[in-house]
Amino acid sequence: MIPEIGEFALIIALFLSAVLALVPMYGAATVNELWMSYAKPLAKGQFLFMLISFICLGYAFSQDDFSVIYVAQHSNSQMPIQFKLSAIWGGHEGSLLLWAFILSGWTLAVSLFSRSLPLDMLARVLSVMGIIATGFISFLLVTSSPFLRYLPSFPEDGADLNPLLQDFGLIVHPPMLYMGYVGFSVAFSFAIAALLSGRLDTAWARWSRSWTNIAWAFLGLGITLGSWWAYYELGWGGWWFWDPVENASLMPWLVGTALVHSLAATEKRGVFKSWTLLLAIFAFSLSLLGTFLVRSGVLTSVHAFASDPERGFFILMLLAITMGGSLTLYAFKAPNVKSESNFSWLSREVLLLVNNVFLTVMAVTVLLGTLYPLLIDALGAGKISVGPPYFNAVFVPIMGTMAVAMGISVAVRWRETSTKVVIDKLWLPAAISILCGLIFPFFYGSGFDFRVFIGISVSLWVISTVITEFIGKFRNAQSFSIKLKQLPFSYYGMMLAHIGVAVTAIGITLVSTYSEERDIRMAKGDSVELAGYQFIFQGTHVVKGPNYVADQATIEVLESGTFVVTLHPEKRRYNVKRNMMTEADIDAGLFRDLYVALGEPLNNGEAWAVRVHYKPYVRWLWLGGILMALGGLLTVADKRYRQSKAEPEDAYV
Amino acid sequence: MTPKRKKRLTIILGLVFGTALIVGLVMFSLSENINLFYSTSQIANGEAPVGTRIRAGGMVVDGSVKRSTDSLKVQFALTDYEQQVTVEFTGILPDLFREGQGIIAQGKMDANGIFQADEVLAKHDENYMPPEIAESMKKKQEAQK
Repeated sequence: MIPEIGEFALIIALFLSAVLALVPMYGAATVNELWMSYAKPLAKGQFLFMLISFICLGYAFSQDDFSVIYVAQHSNSQMPIQFKLSAIWGGHEGSLLLWAFILSGWTLAVSLFSRSLPLDMLARVLSVMGIIATGFISFLLVTSSPFLRYLPSFPEDGADLNPLLQDFGLIVHPPMLYMGYVGFSVAFSFAIAALLSGRLDTAWARWSRSWTNIAWAFLGLGITLGSWWAYYELGWGGWWFWDPVENASLMPWLVGTALVHSLAATEKRGVFKSWTLLLAIFAFSLSLLGTFLVRSGVLTSVHAFASDPERGFFILMLLAITMGGSLTLYAFKAPNVKSESNFSWLSREVLLLVNNVFLTVMAVTVLLGTLYPLLIDALGAGKISVGPPYFNAVFVPIMGTMAVAMGISVAVRWRETSTKVVIDKLWLPAAISILCGLIFPFFYGSGFDFRVFIGISVSLWVISTVITEFIGKFRNAQSFSIKLKQLPFSYYGMMLAHIGVAVTAIGITLVSTYSEERDIRMAKGDSVELAGYQFIFQGTHVVKGPNYVADQATIEVLESGTFVVTLHPEKRRYNVKRNMMTEADIDAGLFRDLYVALGEPLNNGEAWAVRVHYKPYVRWLWLGGILMALGGLLTVADKRYRQSKAEPEDAYV
Repeated sequence: MTPKRKKRLTIILGLVFGTALIVGLVMFSLSENINLFYSTSQIANGEAPVGTRIRAGGMVVDGSVKRSTDSLKVQFALTDYEQQVTVEFTGILPDLFREGQGIIAQGKMDANGIFQADEVLAKHDENYMPPEIAESMKKKQEAQK
């Protein structure tokens, strides 16, 4: 009964979103206030029925209703309750339901928090979101309903969730990532609404900006969580694999980062308007492309699961319609969009433009590397794969150059800055960061290392320029605390996010240069020496989990004779599918991680294959990601965005 | 030249130079880092180059996995149900590596016709078959008809 209610609620939600897609849009076109005013209640109704549908699926999981095919395939009665619930998005159908549910959540949020929006703008924005929802909910109902039943007879117990997914990571990573992916639909809808209405002024940029920043922050957080999850769960100690699906989430993030910056210029200076619109369209299109890559199984990837081509085709059609439609609209309307001001060579506008060019180029190179195998295959020229060295070779130099520009950008003002002022501000941070970069590899490592020099210098440059600029703000201030309060939240957000980039860059540089790793055969009593630590294997014993049995090893770690920690990596065998899972154990620290994972038993359990890692500064990677996301969220707290009524700014284009 | 034109020329030159640089970088890195996929039959027929990094895929032959007793060295055979190739690998195999399972190995062919793998990938869904393997199997079936 309950699953049928879920299915039925989904159908009602589809109906409501179809009405939402049509009625307010038509109302806005014909200036009919009544029709436009239907947008809000429709958004609320759509959310309510999506919520009902989502809860029904959750209920089916929690009650072990194995007559539902999706539940039977992705759950098992032995699974702990938190994994039963997160198994909702553990497979194709459910994760699409989550996608559509989050979309309805964003739609609701826009309808609730946009009191200052003019009615026609709100109607158009919500209508565009309604169009997207119509596409996705019909996709769900036609090809991938999670509510289908096994009839008349159904399995006694479920087939269990993939053990890799029975983890805390599954609870947090997909929802965060989807919040980001789907959040770009708001920026997209604002862009389409602006193109339709021709209204593209400072106020528009301000509305669009806060939504974009939130979505961007969630996407960054989602990627960070994914990287952390892969690190501890996959058992190889890697944190980024340039896997097609990782790239699929990185591309919208890169374009989204460009969008966040370009929107700032559009809001403050009225420039780059058409470019901003284009970025908004591409950020969302790349999110859809990401969904397509994950769900269609066209690429070899850790995330790729067996899937049928019909579904991939459907998403491809959605993508084609979204991109084709919005770019056609853009082609017709964008020539009317005029940017307002002019600026000189050394100005914040130009530096933001440089940032945008770099980020876009990075996104394009990642796209190229990801889709190249598909292209070659389509041309019939053979099966290939593009390895991580390609991405590193292209990505790292561009990223490094951009970081140099980042430092300059915080020191220059809008419109124009004299070269002398910039040099006066920047020579000291430049000298300090180069000097520290030179010294660091001698101090930390065994000798000079060019990569470390560049990585550390550039990161310190980003941090020191931000700090210099911040201190400079107080030079003429009368009171420290008053000035501290006067500075807008968006300024603090910028500082935090830029420092986050530097922290991540330090982490990447050091962990990829100074990591040490050994794969070794260990019997009871054996020990191995790594990076000054001694790992002593003290044998294994059997432990029982709720739905698995594991061999748990005890490994004692000593540092020059003194005890550091005892680690317990496990090799689990899950009862239902009988598949093996490596559960690494990690001693985490701000400056280094000790990482131990079990391979397989050798000579009938007499010895084990053991993988031992020493990972310096690996936490900094994710710390930086969190700082960036916090920075993005902080900008939204800015007073400018909390005005209940928009000031009359009739700067129609 | 007027200052305005001069500015435009600088921008255009900068763009052309930058684009050329990036295209060059991308093309170079792509040419260095593309790994071609070979089926086991192609390798057995000597189509795969020796000493170049390639990808090989197929099913692990039942009963072919042999472990060394004192190191992490392991040897197994891959097949596309037509011809077999022997693979050697030192290290820890992925959890889903099993006999009868489809895997992809990356590495080089050595002079003795043994594939020296430095990476073995097995996928985390037992119904999933990497597209490369699925297609090379399909071609085989079609050829037999």
